[in-house]
Amino acid sequence: MNITIIDYNAGNTQSVVFALERLGIKPTLSRDKTTIEQADKIIFPGVGEASSTMQFLKELGLDQIIPNLKQPVLGICLGMQLLCKQSEEGNIDCLGIIPQLVKQFPNNGQDKVPHMGWNTLTTKSDHPLFRGINPKDYVYYVHSYYAELGEATIAQTDYILPFSAALQYNNFYATQFHPEKSGDVGSKILKNFIELC
Amino acid sequence: MLTKRIIPCLDIKDGRTVKGINFKDLRDAGNPVDLAKAYSQEGADELIFLDITASHENRRQLLAKLVREIARGINIPFTVGGGIQSVKDVDILLHAGADKITINSAAVRNPKLIEDLAKNFGSQCVVVAIDAKQIEQDWTVFLSGGRVATDWTLLDWAKEAENCGAGEIMFTSMNHDGTKNGFADQITAAIAKAVSIPIIASGGAGKLEHFKTVLTTGKADAALAASIFHFGEIPIPKLKQYLQEQQIPIRPVY
Repeated sequence: MNITIIDYNAGNTQSVVFALERLGIKPTLSRDKTTIEQADKIIFPGVGEASSTMQFLKELGLDQIIPNLKQPVLGICLGMQLLCKQSEEGNIDCLGIIPQLVKQFPNNGQDKVPHMGWNTLTTKSDHPLFRGINPKDYVYYVHSYYAELGEATIAQTDYILPFSAALQYNNFYATQFHPEKSGDVGSKILKNFIELC
Repeated sequence: MLTKRIIPCLDIKDGRTVKGINFKDLRDAGNPVDLAKAYSQEGADELIFLDITASHENRRQLLAKLVREIARGINIPFTVGGGIQSVKDVDILLHAGADKITINSAAVRNPKLIEDLAKNFGSQCVVVAIDAKQIEQDWTVFLSGGRVATDWTLLDWAKEAENCGAGEIMFTSMNHDGTKNGFADQITAAIAKAVSIPIIASGGAGKLEHFKTVLTTGKADAALAASIFHFGEIPIPKLKQYLQEQQIPIRPVY
C-alpha cells in the first residue's frame, strides 16, 4: 500500500513519517500532483498558521488537488482545519471539503489558550478510526482554534466548550489532536486509518 | 479534562546525557534516545532536552542528528533547547522532528527573536525559559545558566515574553533548584496569574507532595524534574498514581 504524506513545509511532517515507520510502513513524502493522486491513502499533516499555510497550498496548486481526491485522506490538526469551510484564523476560506466552521477559542478568563496537552475524546461508537480506543484514553492536543460540532463530527472533546476532536465527511477523515504524538493510543488510530478506513 | 503534565528534563552534552543517570533496565544510560524511550513508556507526558555542549563547533548539526533519532524513537511530544540563537536554528530542529523549542538568554538579549519564532512557526512551539532568583523581596531574572543578573523582574519579563508571542513559560527558581525542598509555589502562582499561557514549573522537586502543591497551590500546568527521575527516586508511574489519588487530572500510565 502506498501512503503519501503531503509535503508542504508543515513543521511536523517528519514526526508523521516516523510514526508510520514505527508501524512498519514506509510512506512517500510528496507535493507532486501525480504522486498524490495515485497514492492509496493520503495524510495531510499540519502545524502553523492557517492563512499563510492556505496561501502556500495555493502557490503549489494543492488547493485544486486535495478537494478532488477520492481515496481516504487523513487531515491532522491544522490539516483538519484546512479541510473545513472557513477559519477565523486570518478570516479565510479553507478548502471547503467538510462543511463546518473553524473558530477561535473564547477567553473564559480561566482556561488557557492554546489548549495544550493530553485530553480525552468521546468517540462515535463503532467508527473504524477508533476501533479499540476507550473513553479513558488520552490524546495530545495543541491548538487555539477549533472546529465546531456538526454532522461530520465523529469524536468530541470538551475544553472551554465542546468541539470536534475528529471529523469524517465521505473519504475525508480528520483529527484535531496529533495521533503521531499521542503515544500508543495515537499509533492505534493511525493503524486504524491505514487498515480500516 | 485537560491533564497536568509531568516532564522529565535531560541534559545533553556532545550528544550524550550527562550527570550519572541510574535508570532501571537501561544498560547504556548515557544514550538519550534509549532514555527518552524508557521515559515515554513509563508515562512521561513530554520530554525536554537541554543541550549544554560548551563548544559551538558542530553543535547545531550534532543536535539536529540527535533530535532526528529521538523523534524516530518516541511517540510523545518533546522540546529542545540550548544555544538557540536564530530562526534558522529553530527551523533545523523542528524539521528534524522536535515539537517545540526553548530559548532563554537569547530571548532576553533579543525579545524580537520570540516574535520572529512565533510568526514563523506558531506560538505553540515557542517555550520561553526563565531562570530567576529571589533577592530580599524581588525576583530578578538571570541569564547564562544563572551567572548574569538582568534588569528584568520576573513578572515583567514573563508578561513581556507572552506579549512577544511565547506559547509557554518554563520557570526555574534558582533558590529552589537542586534543594529537593519543593517548588517555588507562591511565585509560580503569581506568574500563572500574570499571564494566560501555560506554565511549566521547574526546580526543587524532592517528594511526591511537592508535585501536588505546585500543580494546585502553584497553579502550574506542568511540573519538570531531572535527578529524582533519573535516579529512580520517584518513578513516574508511582508519581502519577499518587497525583491521581489526590484528585489531580493526570493521564494514567498503562
